[in-house]
Amino acid sequence: MPNRQPPSSTKRYGAVAIAFHWLLALAIICSFCVGLYMADLPFSLTRVKLYNWHKWAGVSILLLSALRLLWRLANKPPADLPMPAWQARAAHLTHGLLYILFFAVPLAGWGYSSAKGFPIVWFGMIPLPDFVPKDEALAETLKAAHKYLAFGLAALVLAHVGAAIKHQFIDRDGLLQRMLPGRA
Amino acid sequence: MKKLLTIALLALAAPLAFAQAKLLPAQSELGFTSKQMGVPVDGKFKKFDAQLTGFDPKKPDAAKVSLTIDMASASLGDPAIDAELVKGDWFDAKKSPQATFQSTAVKATGAGKYEVAGKLTIKGQVRDVVVPMTLAQAGGVSTATGAFPIKRLAFKIGQGDWADTSVVADDVQVKFKLAFSGIAAQ
Repeated sequence: MPNRQPPSSTKRYGAVAIAFHWLLALAIICSFCVGLYMADLPFSLTRVKLYNWHKWAGVSILLLSALRLLWRLANKPPADLPMPAWQARAAHLTHGLLYILFFAVPLAGWGYSSAKGFPIVWFGMIPLPDFVPKDEALAETLKAAHKYLAFGLAALVLAHVGAAIKHQFIDRDGLLQRMLPGRA
Repeated sequence: MKKLLTIALLALAAPLAFAQAKLLPAQSELGFTSKQMGVPVDGKFKKFDAQLTGFDPKKPDAAKVSLTIDMASASLGDPAIDAELVKGDWFDAKKSPQATFQSTAVKATGAGKYEVAGKLTIKGQVRDVVVPMTLAQAGGVSTATGAFPIKRLAFKIGQGDWADTSVVADDVQVKFKLAFSGIAAQ
């Protein structure tokens, strides 16, 4: 979402923001890869395990993203580094869309699971509510939504990583340092 | 002559009082719920038959119940999974096409409530089970409903890799709703 807050007085992200960023980056990339692999598997013991782990990870990502968003709303990120206005706008748009997808992708997945008749039991212990009924047509729709939104997220992640690399090695403006753990 | 007529009438009436109970398959259900990594998954058998003889609410212990279940009719609602269910590691429907239940004792435990003890045989494994059930009667149809737990591994259901109870729990809940016609009103 566009950063309408006054610029922060710090020049880099705080430790909590950095931790959220890398933890969720790892969780999202791994979940995407597992999801991609497991979707075409024939029914088997491995598939049962992978599907359930993927759902547990997805719900965890949903929860952590909510905490991350709350943190971000309460703790302003550093001001933009000098760059052409269109680049700053593109960056903010990308980040905003990423945040939307951090919620939309797992919510679509959760709905798909419920519509298919498989309520999610987080970590095999905590039953989560079904917020949609068991319905085959709805399941097909949510499956497609989950898949295409996930691919959209993957595309944005690639754009995001590409831009960070461009800033680091072409612009050489130290942008990447702001999100790396270490002293200011 | 009168005595002969009375005896003849009684002889005719006696079997009518204990008319043969007949299962109504369209109104009956036999299913089970297993847990896959904590997630409850429902399944059912589409083909089964039940026999109930000698049921007299005043003398329930004279009743005999038996069930025959077509194992190939098992379904979890997904064709790919159903294809697995009939295989050797699971129900092995080719080698053991039928599961059976034979009652050994029936006991009344309350108004319309009974406990049926019997032998359950699945995949050649025989185990004693005690099945609590409730009998409700309405419009000439008597419906027996109940549920009881079994341990799937005791019947070798889910072998090889599938024996892992962290993926599919050992406890499986069997549920039934058996509708019969021809049982005298209680």
